[in-house]
Amino acid sequence: MTEMATKSHDHGHEPAIFAFDAESEAKIGEILKKYPEGRQASAVLPLLDLAQRQMRRVSGSAWVPRVAMDAIAARLKMPPIRVYEVATFYFMFNTKPVGKWHLQVCTTTPCWLRGSDAVVEACKRITGIRHFGETSEDGLFTMTEVECLGACVNAPILQVNDDFYEDMDAATTGKLLDALKHDSPPPPGSMAGRQASAPEGGATTLTTLDFAPQPAPRGGE
Amino acid sequence: MLSDKDRIFTNLYGLHDWRLPGARARGDWDGTAAILARGRDAIVEEIKASGLRGRGGAGFPTGMKWSFMPKQSDGRPSYLVVNADESEPGTCKDRDIIRHDPHKLIEGCLIASFAMGAHAAYIYIRGEFYNEARHLQAAIDEAYEAGLIGRNACGSGWDFDLYLHRGAGAYICGEETALLESLEGKKGMPRLKPPFPAAVGLYGCPTTVNNVESIAVAPTIMRRGAAWFSALGRPKNTGTKVFCISGHVNKPCNVEEELGIPLRELIERYAGGVRGGWDNLLAIIPGGSSVPVLPKDVCDTVLMDFDSLREVRSGLGTAAVIVMDKSTDIIKAIARLSHFYKHESCGQCTPCREGTGWMMRMMDRLVEGRAEVDEIDILEQVTRQVEGHTICALGDAAAWPIQGLIRHFRPEIEARIAAARARGLQMAAE
Repeated sequence: MTEMATKSHDHGHEPAIFAFDAESEAKIGEILKKYPEGRQASAVLPLLDLAQRQMRRVSGSAWVPRVAMDAIAARLKMPPIRVYEVATFYFMFNTKPVGKWHLQVCTTTPCWLRGSDAVVEACKRITGIRHFGETSEDGLFTMTEVECLGACVNAPILQVNDDFYEDMDAATTGKLLDALKHDSPPPPGSMAGRQASAPEGGATTLTTLDFAPQPAPRGGE
Repeated sequence: MLSDKDRIFTNLYGLHDWRLPGARARGDWDGTAAILARGRDAIVEEIKASGLRGRGGAGFPTGMKWSFMPKQSDGRPSYLVVNADESEPGTCKDRDIIRHDPHKLIEGCLIASFAMGAHAAYIYIRGEFYNEARHLQAAIDEAYEAGLIGRNACGSGWDFDLYLHRGAGAYICGEETALLESLEGKKGMPRLKPPFPAAVGLYGCPTTVNNVESIAVAPTIMRRGAAWFSALGRPKNTGTKVFCISGHVNKPCNVEEELGIPLRELIERYAGGVRGGWDNLLAIIPGGSSVPVLPKDVCDTVLMDFDSLREVRSGLGTAAVIVMDKSTDIIKAIARLSHFYKHESCGQCTPCREGTGWMMRMMDRLVEGRAEVDEIDILEQVTRQVEGHTICALGDAAAWPIQGLIRHFRPEIEARIAAARARGLQMAAE
């Protein structure tokens, strides 16, 4: 269903080289410890993710250029083609540049039933993007149609970079995108003020617990 | 109706501290060493006696699955792999367990791994659950620091390592052998079975793959006993289950209830009822996108458990209840699922790779009524040619929603075709 971009914003060309920076290197050491000797190929997904995050940190656009795949192949002693085929099989790896804010709109049936069409339309109207896969003229936004994000009782969902914004409608989409333009994303979660997956108006179960409840820390972390 | 004292996931909504102190206050990690001291056979027997059936969709008895693991190692290590690749449209229960009750899952990993002789476990979490994975990793780190896992876990003498591995956006990786391929660093393409993972799984070693919820309920079953768990629910459909109620209800939510609760009661008691009232109901997909849709008259009386839903030719699946009121274009709702399966087919087996695309295009024509009536039968026949003819169940999952639509809503499809024809004749006359 996803239309590949017919037009992508010019974020610059494929870089000539890619090397993991110190911040990424520190994480690679931790990642490789998870897998048994001789099974370092297991780290290909984590390293592709790391490369994409480094690109976002360094260039402002979260994507995995081919030179990064080559660097991963060399690091994990895999033939480059094995990394290419993994990078193109998994939907979360962007094989070309994306905007600073990657708008990933879920339109699968549970989100569609709750009005994802209105979220898509609001994204288009505000960013000027006409089709899924496009990046806005100002390079701020790329809009991608995604399949079920696994948060269906808070549908519709708009994922921005790593964060889920839930219970969306046209109005809250407008507010959210405006905040993103001002570089001040609101905290993720329900934009309708709900507590996680509890019903609107507050939980009707788990109200008579006999443990000593410890309140959730503010900010969720 | 399930009372709060019998609910397992006491922080389902994240109202309380998800970290270790909060988890301990809710009873997690209480007497874990004593549970392990009962021995692996006793644990497997307790889980078997509880009647727990896998919560990931297939409903296979969990204790029996654990018992398939080799009792004696032939030199290869054994692994537990937890399937946290929650991606079945409608389903969002594991997300709540992971972000709000991660220690239940971690303790379950230790108990289950011990029961199957595994010193290491991997949790494969879908890549989009980035914030959820951060909670889970923080909880794993806490458990290591507190000596609950790692060397001599809980002082039990058992060494246990737990690793979190993030996926990267592929529904097919929720299929257990595709998940193992992915964990090994490959494309998520399912493996032919046999050999089954219990014989040849991760890295060629004996492996059991379990759903998050199946593992996370294990510690509570061990503490409160198989008799407690099996007294909840219905015979052969025992225990509690987290239901996800989405779509056209007044208050969509997740809720833990007993298996066997009437579908109507589930929706009216917890989700504020169907939008516009029960009589405004058109249809419900009762167990995630893969199971066939049910029309209102079946929904009036059906019970929410594995066997009751099988009797009405649908399934409990992941217990993800997708509600559609009478405003719904039911053909379009199912056609959107056909797009989903087309997008998510891994492309390995011809019937699925070609069939999902063909079925999607046919469904798109039916949405507009651009078809002949006998093409409905052709579509039905094609779903039969896909179903059961692929390595994994994705082909079945793509076929079943369409079969359910044709079984229960054929008059709507025919009316759509007739309306399109009438419009065509009118345009030709103008």
